[in-house]
Amino acid sequence: MKVAITSTGNTLDSKVDQRFGRCAWFVIYDTETGGIEFLPNPNRDAEEGAGPASVQLVASREVQKIISGEFGVKIKSLLDSLKIQMVMYKEPEKTIQSVIDMLKN
Amino acid sequence: MFLHLEEYEVIRLCDFEHMNHHEASKAMDISRPTLTRIYGKARAKIADALVTGKQIIIEGGKVYFDSDWYRCRNCNSYFNQPDKGSAVISCPLCRSKEIENCDAMNEDMAESHRQCSDICVCPECGYERPHEAAHPCKDQVCPVCNARLMRKNNLLAKDL
Repeated sequence: MKVAITSTGNTLDSKVDQRFGRCAWFVIYDTETGGIEFLPNPNRDAEEGAGPASVQLVASREVQKIISGEFGVKIKSLLDSLKIQMVMYKEPEKTIQSVIDMLKN
Repeated sequence: MFLHLEEYEVIRLCDFEHMNHHEASKAMDISRPTLTRIYGKARAKIADALVTGKQIIIEGGKVYFDSDWYRCRNCNSYFNQPDKGSAVISCPLCRSKEIENCDAMNEDMAESHRQCSDICVCPECGYERPHEAAHPCKDQVCPVCNARLMRKNNLLAKDL
């Protein structure tokens, strides 16, 4: 299963970005193969509609779970209909590595 | 005559619970103009049914229930369950079984976690305030000059 994590940077030491639509990077982690992919978010400076555009990007990677700090109003209904699980992890100091370690267990 | 669920809900909030449009729009997490538009539609449908003797069926519409949220006591994350059919057993993050349904505490959760580091700015007069998550900037108006607000970094990018 693929999991998307919002990240402030493109290393495993980066922190979990507390925003979804305007996060800096997406980390796509494959729980089966252990593969990790960093995707820059093209919507981070979007004037509006950053959320739905980011959903489209993430959904195209066939992600089934998204870990972020918060999800906006436009996103919740969209992800609900796409059957993608939302996990709100409000720990801005945690690194991507620590989240991946949690998912491995 | 199909009365959509959101139309039923505005009638319930405005005419049964006696909320004003502003309170009702907050309760439904939509803008005040949107609420008034739905309310107008709902009343037109009910009036039509009443006058022409049609049956009212409450069904359909564009609704999303902000419920079915759970909290993990171990890692303090909130998550939902998109697959309504299966039961929630463990946390999707840390696999802990220490989870609780947090519908009851939805209100204070919504209030206490809405702040983030972004800033809304008024493109006209430069008024700034912290962005509230889940409240799109362009739906907010500047208290000084009534222009629509936007994200601060966007404005800078545009100026350059």
